[in-house]
Amino acid sequence: MDFIFIQFLNGLSSASSLFLVASGLSIIFGVTRITNFAHGAFYMMGAYVAYTLTESWMGALGFWGGLIAAAVAVAILGALIEIVLLRRIYNSPELFQLLATFGVTLVIQDLVIQIWGVDDLLGRRAPGMKGAVEIFGQAFPTYELMLIVLGPLCLGALWLLFNKTRWGVLVRAATQDRMMVSALGVNQAWLFTGVFTLGVFLAALGGAVQIPRDAVHNAMDLQIIVEAFVVVVIGGFGNVLGAFLASFIIAELNAFGILLFPKISMILMFLVMAVVLVIRPYGLLGKAEAHPRTALGSVIRPWAPLSKLGKNWVLALGLALVFLPMFAGDFLLNVSTEILIFALFAASLHLMMGVGGMVSFGHAAYFGLGAYGTALLVKFLGLSMGATMVLAPFLAVAGAIIFGWFCVRLSGVYLAMLTLAFAQISWSVIFQWDDVTGGDNGLLGIWPDAWAADQTSFYYVTLAIVGISVYAIRRIVFSPFGYTLRGCRDSLLRADAIGIDRLRIQWFGFVLAGSFAGVGGVLFAYLKGSVFPDYISIPLSVDGLVMVLLGGIQTVAGPIVGAGVFKALSTFIISHTEFWKIILGSFIIVLVVAFPQGIVGFFLEHFSKKKDSIEEGKS
Amino acid sequence: MSSLVVKGLSKSFGGVKAVTNVGFEVRKGELLALIGPNGAGKSTCFNMLNGQLKADGGSIKLFGEEIIGLEPRQVWRKGVGRTFQIAATFTSMTVIENVQMALISHHKRLLSMLPFAGSLYKEEAYELLELVSMQDQAERPCGMLAYGDVKRLELAIALANDPQILLMDEPAAGMAPNERIALMQLTADIVKEKDISVLFTEHDMDVVFSHADRVMVLNRGELIALGLPSEIRENEEVQSIYLGTGAVYDEELVGNA
Repeated sequence: MDFIFIQFLNGLSSASSLFLVASGLSIIFGVTRITNFAHGAFYMMGAYVAYTLTESWMGALGFWGGLIAAAVAVAILGALIEIVLLRRIYNSPELFQLLATFGVTLVIQDLVIQIWGVDDLLGRRAPGMKGAVEIFGQAFPTYELMLIVLGPLCLGALWLLFNKTRWGVLVRAATQDRMMVSALGVNQAWLFTGVFTLGVFLAALGGAVQIPRDAVHNAMDLQIIVEAFVVVVIGGFGNVLGAFLASFIIAELNAFGILLFPKISMILMFLVMAVVLVIRPYGLLGKAEAHPRTALGSVIRPWAPLSKLGKNWVLALGLALVFLPMFAGDFLLNVSTEILIFALFAASLHLMMGVGGMVSFGHAAYFGLGAYGTALLVKFLGLSMGATMVLAPFLAVAGAIIFGWFCVRLSGVYLAMLTLAFAQISWSVIFQWDDVTGGDNGLLGIWPDAWAADQTSFYYVTLAIVGISVYAIRRIVFSPFGYTLRGCRDSLLRADAIGIDRLRIQWFGFVLAGSFAGVGGVLFAYLKGSVFPDYISIPLSVDGLVMVLLGGIQTVAGPIVGAGVFKALSTFIISHTEFWKIILGSFIIVLVVAFPQGIVGFFLEHFSKKKDSIEEGKS
Repeated sequence: MSSLVVKGLSKSFGGVKAVTNVGFEVRKGELLALIGPNGAGKSTCFNMLNGQLKADGGSIKLFGEEIIGLEPRQVWRKGVGRTFQIAATFTSMTVIENVQMALISHHKRLLSMLPFAGSLYKEEAYELLELVSMQDQAERPCGMLAYGDVKRLELAIALANDPQILLMDEPAAGMAPNERIALMQLTADIVKEKDISVLFTEHDMDVVFSHADRVMVLNRGELIALGLPSEIRENEEVQSIYLGTGAVYDEELVGNA
């Protein structure tokens, strides 16, 4: 009993820290509609800066002052980022905002490593709170008690701020209807900057108060951001009280989950989130958005099958790929095989996102399931490559059927978060189920059959499968089903009014996209000869998004081009510099802000003949 | 003969009764107008008819078949077409593709993955566009159309499944006066030609009294009058709702609408 109570208190103190981060995220989303992926990075910065300050400033004042100063310093950085970057993308689709802030995360990750190194840093204990108090005969750290009080204290302060000050009233008004607020003459730009700064301050404070509890390390950001997203989604985006409730639920779930179900502790939180979203699609206390945003990929230029010129290009590319092994060495062939696989991955993501309008932040789940399906079939059943290639994608299909059923019930940011959650569930299962999946060590020794073992043969196998799959995806895009999927994206109201069963269509589209990603995963497992949890992780999902975006989300050929350029570039960059995260991050930011139409979109805009006819039609 | 028979239709939101015990019939081949001041329950009524809102109670029979409680897509399959107050079309497609989409759905080929959608039912779609005089703009991107043209396109889409009855929610809203007359004339012609029925809501009394065969009036969720336009014009209760008391209906309202 006593032990349970102590565990409950532990849960409470974690809930407080989680609430600091999640409330900031929620406030930012509520007003600016930006889903701030960089929130975890600000949390991490808060911890690192606080570490440095408290190490150099002495005494109790130095410690507590250091924590506050760190949060303020990071908040100023956040304000700068808001002014320089985010102001340019407030009207972009949510995907662009997610990606831009992910780019910021990457840059900060690398900067942190450059400044503070890769080793864990142990911070100073809080002066005057080094001891413990006795509760039911058990020692409980004083500092943790302080944290338990801090959460409700912050909630109270936020309540006062939002209900008793003019600024707070404006923020609440903007949360409900920001178009109306700007129509009333409120300067939105500074309101947004203020809100963003406040949110970052809370995140950084959340990070700073961690230093007496835990080591400061450079994986803190992704760890906390996923949890914070879950909290905000459960509580309802933009709702502070909801974030408080959800923080409590998640923290207690973690505290007791680790005792009761140690094997699946990481999954519990995502299961709760999935259940909440199905019952209450906008979270416990959230409401639907007042002004739905323009759907991603809505375009003025309707898609058309390839022109003659386009067909010639495809033919030329195809021939070049067929003859490539004649003059390419093993390394180039290996890279080319990988590019082909990622072209399929990107094309499948585009089917879901560009055609279906369902933004996925966890598309790697299906890629990874395909790869692990392969490894398991080879390891446990000893199947040949042919049989494996046919059967393994079905693991991805099964995943997409189950996850998709939940996901298509939501839309926009909530859908993206749920896909992320399911990807993390899959990742957790694979990471924790050592006996079957090998956990962190992965599974090794998955090689193609002898006839396809050399680089050239496997390249041709990949070329054939990717070629057929990409052709199939393209056919689907221009088939009645592809049009229907696009129709659901363009106007739900109209789709419903002409007899289209939206849920069924989107579910089916989701599963198709997942299946093609799974096929990519199978090829990738054979190419690498091994599988690792990385294949199912967030960074891979983001790579996919960048490929689609780089090529041009509003075009059909874009993802293929994007995959080629991105993979070639990243292979080159990684082999030449250690700053690849900074480069990739900046690259993503520039892409989103300055080049949102992508490479193919750019060419269509500037060199397409169709443009003239459209212009003529206008006049 | 009646195509649609509505009885005892009710809906409340929280404690507010939006629609109370509304009943009427739509006769075959007629244009029936549904009018009433803002907040009278017109849109609520409309949205219940096509299944977008779940009714609290009542019955909606289409040629004798109960359709209350069905989803909008199922109602559509029974032969009820719909246009929206704020036009809803597929903006990433061309004009003709929008109509083809509706035809593909009508022919139950939504899940088909082999044919090119762009060449399916093209002639039928073209004929529908001709019907609403949009054939010249068939290949234009839908997102670039003038608003009046979008409304005409919606009409073509709504006609794609050979509906028995069309529900048109403020078909003329947001259009120039001459466009309104043209669109309603077009609708009336189609109704006569295909022998179907139209139920429409409208604020523009010019449109209502020049095109409707019969008019019904909702106020605070209750049906207060139903009859020929001339009868409705003379109805004192209707006049008082629209004008307060004492004003002359024709000049004041028709003139300023």
